Amino acid sequence: MSIRNLCNIALASLVLALSGCKGGVLDPKGQIGVDEKYLIIVATVLMLIVVIPVIAMTIYFAWKYRDGRDQEIYAPKWAHSNKIEVVVWTIPIIIVAILGVITWQSTQQLDPYKPLEGKGKHLTVEVVSLNWKWLFIYPEQGIATVNELVFPANVPVQYKITSESTMNSFFIPQLGSQIYSMAGMETKLHLIADEPGTFKGFSANYSGAGFTGMKFDAIATATEADFDAWVNKVKNTGSALTKQSYVELAKPSEYDPVKYYASVDKDMFHSIVMKYMQAHGSHGAMQHAMPEHSAHKKHSEDEE
Amino acid sequence: MSLLGKLTLDAIPFHEPIIMVTMTVVAVLGLLVAGLVTKYKKWGVIWHDWITSIDHKRLGVMYIILALIMLFRGFADAIMMRLQLAMATGGASGYLPPEHYDQIFTAHGVIMIIFMAMPFMIGLMNIILPLQIGARDVAFPFLNNLSFWLTAGGAILINISLFFGEFAKTGWVAYPPLSELSFSPGVGVDYYIWALQISGLGTLLTSVNFLATVFKMRAPGMTLMKMPIFTWACTWANILIAASFPILTAVLAMLTLDRYLDFHFFTNELGGNAMMYINLFWAWGHPEVYILILPAFGIFSEVISTFAGKRLFGYKSMVYASGAISILGFIVWLHHFFTMGSSANVNAFFGVMTMVIAVPTGVKLFNWLFTMYRGRLRITVPVLWTLGFMVTFTIGGMTGVLLAIPGADYVLHNSLFLIAHFHNTIIGGAVFGYLAGFAFWFPKAMGFKLDESWGRRSFWCWLIGFFVAFMPLYVLGFLGMTRRLNHTNNPDWNIWLYIAAGGAVIIMFGILFQVVQLVVSFKNREQLDDTTGDPWNGHTLEWASASPPQYYNFAKIPHVDDIDAWTDMKEKGLAYKQEDSYSPIHMPKNTSAGVLMSAALTTFCFAMIWHIWWLAAFGLLGAIVVFIKRCYTSDIDYYVQPDEIVELETAHNTAATKEVNA
Repeated sequence: MSIRNLCNIALASLVLALSGCKGGVLDPKGQIGVDEKYLIIVATVLMLIVVIPVIAMTIYFAWKYRDGRDQEIYAPKWAHSNKIEVVVWTIPIIIVAILGVITWQSTQQLDPYKPLEGKGKHLTVEVVSLNWKWLFIYPEQGIATVNELVFPANVPVQYKITSESTMNSFFIPQLGSQIYSMAGMETKLHLIADEPGTFKGFSANYSGAGFTGMKFDAIATATEADFDAWVNKVKNTGSALTKQSYVELAKPSEYDPVKYYASVDKDMFHSIVMKYMQAHGSHGAMQHAMPEHSAHKKHSEDEE
Repeated sequence: MSLLGKLTLDAIPFHEPIIMVTMTVVAVLGLLVAGLVTKYKKWGVIWHDWITSIDHKRLGVMYIILALIMLFRGFADAIMMRLQLAMATGGASGYLPPEHYDQIFTAHGVIMIIFMAMPFMIGLMNIILPLQIGARDVAFPFLNNLSFWLTAGGAILINISLFFGEFAKTGWVAYPPLSELSFSPGVGVDYYIWALQISGLGTLLTSVNFLATVFKMRAPGMTLMKMPIFTWACTWANILIAASFPILTAVLAMLTLDRYLDFHFFTNELGGNAMMYINLFWAWGHPEVYILILPAFGIFSEVISTFAGKRLFGYKSMVYASGAISILGFIVWLHHFFTMGSSANVNAFFGVMTMVIAVPTGVKLFNWLFTMYRGRLRITVPVLWTLGFMVTFTIGGMTGVLLAIPGADYVLHNSLFLIAHFHNTIIGGAVFGYLAGFAFWFPKAMGFKLDESWGRRSFWCWLIGFFVAFMPLYVLGFLGMTRRLNHTNNPDWNIWLYIAAGGAVIIMFGILFQVVQLVVSFKNREQLDDTTGDPWNGHTLEWASASPPQYYNFAKIPHVDDIDAWTDMKEKGLAYKQEDSYSPIHMPKNTSAGVLMSAALTTFCFAMIWHIWWLAAFGLLGAIVVFIKRCYTSDIDYYVQPDEIVELETAHNTAATKEVNA
């Protein structure tokens, strides 16, 4: 075990040295991210057990058996050996079997839908990807924000995720897993920040012209009191997010500044998820109000 | 409604200087080539000997020419992207606005997979497979010509999109709802759909053709387990094509119905479901990568055993390993979207199945190693590609298994780590394989060898360039950079983006040296001449024919007693043997039906893209008329007479025997 730990440390330090160790998935600030980083390192080390010898053997064999070194035994018809066949099938099978067990267990453990247990009561945030910005609804607090996500550190957060239109992926690399946002569907993700800080969040699935700008700051406050203070600030500064103002908000736009909504219609998230389920005729009222090509026109005018 | 549908002068991007310059250069080059062909009066030759040819060797050459042209196009896209990302850092917006950049990364993916890698693979298969099994042509020679021209039709469409209208801005996977009419109202996605449909039809017909060829036309004595390993690899790939391409055809047809007739297969509203598209797309897309890699594996096997001067180690293992990869390739598609929210059990199942593929792949690597063991390895250019592949691909395989672990994929999905991984396997696996095959079989197809020095230079540029260009992307993936970003604003990323751009420049020299190699080799073709037809002391039947082979391949079909049939014939003294008499050979006649059908169908596709309904009707009708006419043509074959055969065979056998004895 000590050798394995040593390998882990060596590899981890190598990778960290390579990556400047700031802000990526190898610099996790939350439990899920930490577990996933460890998983990546263990799996990599296990595979290197085969990969390094194969690369070394390739170079060594090519050099050793190169033409012109006549002292070597030359066996042009030798093409089969049960012993070697057994070995070359067995080694990968063993490695893959070990990796398979690790995969099965880690997939259960890191299931994004699984609530984080033993960490106390969780906060719920409803996430909506819009073209091209993020809407965060806090149902318990009755507020909403655009392009800023705030939550207390050390409190598990449950994200309910959907999309207004195209598919995106909700991702904060330093906290761990990502999950797609899809229109008419609700996906779930559970994350936690182990320390306060501001982390980069963005869409990790291309969704059209304004995709690059779909960034937000994920801010973990030091205490719950700080979080409450922020909630109060939002309640005092923002406007109301109603069905009408949502239609306005959902129109395609790029690089939207942070925006606060002091109140939000109670079933806002539910109605966004269910809007495509409405009867034919009334269905795309919201959607057809904002055809995407108008955004493209606007965009190219801006370019010129 | 206009007579030209949606097509107006506005479709030409006059305001895009990059495109207009490209258009001018292409037009000038096109005129130059046309002028030279006219000057040297070669139109007849090009039409009669190439365009209408149904000879599998010539079609193979044309496939590879298409692949190389598309490689230039796809690489131009690649270097533009790398340049954009190296320039657009720290808040700068670079020189490519999303409007243009998004088309480039979509086109790069589609071109490299569908119009570079596939034609390259199919081209090599065309030239070599019938020769390896001792056949005189494929089972359906006319169909083979049609397949090529359908593929070419798709490539033409995708290049037309550069100058008329736009290409898709959806990424090469064209996921709905983004690719639906409400979010992509332009013609870009329609170009994508019809280019893939027409070339996909060509690919499907090719696979049926070659499966029939392999199962019905092997030389006497060649049982399935005596087939050369490249033929086996291609056969597995063809089985995969026959099983997976119809899925692509169906899923694109459904997207077409959504876009043209207001269906709702994948739309957000009215019960459509984009997840269905994503599943079906990858049910084709994952087998597709094995379609690309398996023939490359076959090439490496041939190259390494030929130049080690040994039989291939573990032939049976290789055949079964390829079979296992082919079957497993169909039950791993979900690993492309672990982040869609499937249950832990579903994700874990697909993750473990994906890893299982590493077993047969690992076995193959060991088998190549033990083929070198106690051999006498001549380090030629094809061998360099093979060794470069073994080192590079092992790393790509490792990162692939890492991505197959759902827990790791949750943070690496869609990141530049993924981009690095699949370029690691497609460049380090498939492309290196095709380039190895290109150098290995070039003398067979053209009659002279390629210059070794320029080949080595090209190889080292490709290999080093690959590592410099793609290793930084692994790092960027760990640093949290996602794919398809138009510009970045993270100082930690800059250095890696600059290095990656440098790597692309090194690869550019690799491609450039490949061109130099062709020019130099053509100039020195006298010295590089291959008179024996067997320049490398080969093992399999393709080396039993002349270089380039007679149009009928074999005057007398050899009897096969061994996997290495040609080695066996040489040992038994049956090589270059002049027969006492030859029987007439039944051969198919060239036909213009393939190119005409394809032209009509390409017109149909173009008209569909622009909603020019009357032209679409003419195109479709034209293709049907040509097809029916072809069906009622009885003048489709002829016999080569013994006098001609004796003359050609005596010339080859005398020259070869003289060379071998010298």
